[in-house]
Amino acid sequence: MSSEVISQLDIDRTRGDFHYPESHAFDAGVGLNHATIDYIANVKSEPDWIREFRHKALDVFLSKPMPTNWASEDLNNIIFEKIRYYLSNAQHPTRSWEEVPDDVKRTFERLGIPEQERKFLAGVEAQFDSEAVYSNMKKALGDQGVIFVGSTEGLKEHPEIFRKWFGKVIPTGDNKFSALNSAVFSGGSFIYVPPGVKLKHPLQAYFRINAENFGQFERTLIIADEGSEVMYMEGCTAPKFETATLHSAVVELVAMKGAKIQYVTVQNWSANVFNLVTKRAIAHEEAEVKWIDCNIGSRLTMKYPGVVLKGRKARGEVLSIALANNGQHQDTGAKMIHAADETTSNIISKSISIGKGRATYRGLVHIPKHLKGCKNNTECDALLINSNSRTDTYPAITVRGSGNSVQHEASVSQVSAEQIFYMQQRGLSEAQAMSLSVNGFVNDLVREFPMEYSVELKRLIDLEMEGSVG
Amino acid sequence: MSLIIKNLHARVVGGQTILNGLNLEIEKGRIHAVMGPNGSGKSTLSKVIAGHPDYEVTAGDILMDGKSILGMEPDARSRAGLFLAFQYPMEIPGVSNANFIRAALSARLAEGEELEATEYYADLYEQMDRLEIPRNFTSRSVNDGFSGGEKKRNEVLQMAMLKPTYAILDETDSGLDIDALKIVSAGVNALRSPDFGALVITHYQRLLDYITPDYVHVLVGGKIVHSGGPELALELESKGYDWIREEMAEPALA
Ligand SMILES: Nc1ncnc2c1ncn2[C@@H]1O[C@H](COP(=O)(O)OP(=O)(O)O)[C@@H](O)[C@H]1O
Ligand SMILES: [Mg+2]
Repeated sequence: MSSEVISQLDIDRTRGDFHYPESHAFDAGVGLNHATIDYIANVKSEPDWIREFRHKALDVFLSKPMPTNWASEDLNNIIFEKIRYYLSNAQHPTRSWEEVPDDVKRTFERLGIPEQERKFLAGVEAQFDSEAVYSNMKKALGDQGVIFVGSTEGLKEHPEIFRKWFGKVIPTGDNKFSALNSAVFSGGSFIYVPPGVKLKHPLQAYFRINAENFGQFERTLIIADEGSEVMYMEGCTAPKFETATLHSAVVELVAMKGAKIQYVTVQNWSANVFNLVTKRAIAHEEAEVKWIDCNIGSRLTMKYPGVVLKGRKARGEVLSIALANNGQHQDTGAKMIHAADETTSNIISKSISIGKGRATYRGLVHIPKHLKGCKNNTECDALLINSNSRTDTYPAITVRGSGNSVQHEASVSQVSAEQIFYMQQRGLSEAQAMSLSVNGFVNDLVREFPMEYSVELKRLIDLEMEGSVG
Repeated sequence: MSLIIKNLHARVVGGQTILNGLNLEIEKGRIHAVMGPNGSGKSTLSKVIAGHPDYEVTAGDILMDGKSILGMEPDARSRAGLFLAFQYPMEIPGVSNANFIRAALSARLAEGEELEATEYYADLYEQMDRLEIPRNFTSRSVNDGFSGGEKKRNEVLQMAMLKPTYAILDETDSGLDIDALKIVSAGVNALRSPDFGALVITHYQRLLDYITPDYVHVLVGGKIVHSGGPELALELESKGYDWIREEMAEPALA
């Protein structure tokens, strides 16, 4: 099947993808070598330690093979020499709103995206005009000692906290793409929440969005100190109209004793994007980390959020939804590494495959022999819409020792042509019928999501279904 | 005003012909019963009228209140006032009955209009009570794990909620015990009005004791071969279909 897929990275211009000539203040050019690294470090005026970190990471990246042995052959179609690794929209782009295609504008309208955001998302503006909101929020957060800045500012202004954790949850050499990110990262957030501070409102990348933040190689580091609580929302449900075809982010979370972190992602990628992301958290004693991850679109997504349950009674959770439409492959899952007694983990994964879309679940639950009182629950459910769809489940559960319990359930269900016809006979269009089935399928999981995200997710599913029927 | 089936020829897409010049007119305010042996094309007729993609119409027409519906999608036909109670209703896991019926009703509203939730539930509960359907039904998934009888009751409930102009009931009585049959029949009778026409497909005369038809037709080999009043059903019940087949054969012999 993958041979049918376009083998060149930069020519697939299907629905939702568009590009313009752009003018960037800084452009590292195509290809990746040590000069590229120096260019990035120079432009960003970074301290030497981070420059060295990048150089070392590049060597690791170059030495590591592609993980095609277990993942998709499609990875071989990424042509690293053709990619731009650093672009900075320090200036406003030159494209105008009038140049944005009508169907894209309609999509924004359907999604109910505010005017100002539409312009940003379409690449018309490099910056949201949300300064006022942001500075209010910044002041409120600052009063509580909360740091919420971009990764570059974080490493420069707060090295004492940043360096302590940066690259510790996900070492450079974790996988080829974490190495790539470590070499060329820019954008993403750095958050520090002091002990005992419980943030009532979620932090959204949103408020401090700029072109770099929406970049290809974001790097996010969140530290919730003892007893603190934070919810972070990443991405945005609007389709991102990318010229870049490779997105490879690294997200590291640290939940100190008794802290709680919820990390929510809803992403909708255009069909030409390789989305290869490494996300992991460390949960110390009695800490709780919850990943909520919704992936829609992309050519290939590989993402397995994980939690290392390092302290006693730590708790980890991954709730994920992946939707693979025609020609797309969602290879997603979760990793739970139990490393202390009485740690618990919960994984609920739902995937939807439409047409030739392909969804794969890959899980890893590790509970070593010497631990006591650990629990894992894993549920993966797949929904196939039409018979061409393909779904695979690769749960790897290693439990050694007897004092631990593991529960695993998997199901595959179909939405058949007969079901669609039945719903159509009641007056629902084919797209509405599919949306209803998909929403029904994810419903119990979506109930766990923050309200605004569940509403947006529903709208997104509706749109995606409209697009999938002729 | 009526649903007119005119010289209808239909086949499985690219395959076997099933309907061979079928004529039928269902006027508003009337109930027509169709009986016929297994495999004669009764369900196919109902699905062709509803626009099932497995079949193609090769000749003839279907007119709803004077307008051909052949070019309309199944959902457009539904919204135009056509309802089919399926012989084998589909299960839709994860979608609650309340949400399903609400979505079907919402699909009939103009853009921007919304269904009023309290009114909706008031109507839903009233119809459920009439069909003796318990309240927990609303949160169960559509037909998921339902018994045959529950599924048929659900078809009638959906019909009562959607208030079609023309309804086709395909063996809605099959699999019902006598009590359920009475309840379901009462549900259909409640819809009887000068603005409602129905085509009731059944194998059993007993249904017609509860839903008295205006006409009874016999469908054999993909067309209507005999029509009469309610008494025809009794005759079929006692004599079977063979005498009709013989009658059909006679002119050919002559
Ligand atoms: N989709 C289909 N594909 C192939 N054959 C079909 C299909 N639908 C109906 N048939 C055939 O057409 C004939 C009539 O079927 P049907 O309309 O279901 O009969 P009835 O409802 O009167 O028992 C049967 O021989 C059946 O096997
Ligand atoms: Mg039948």
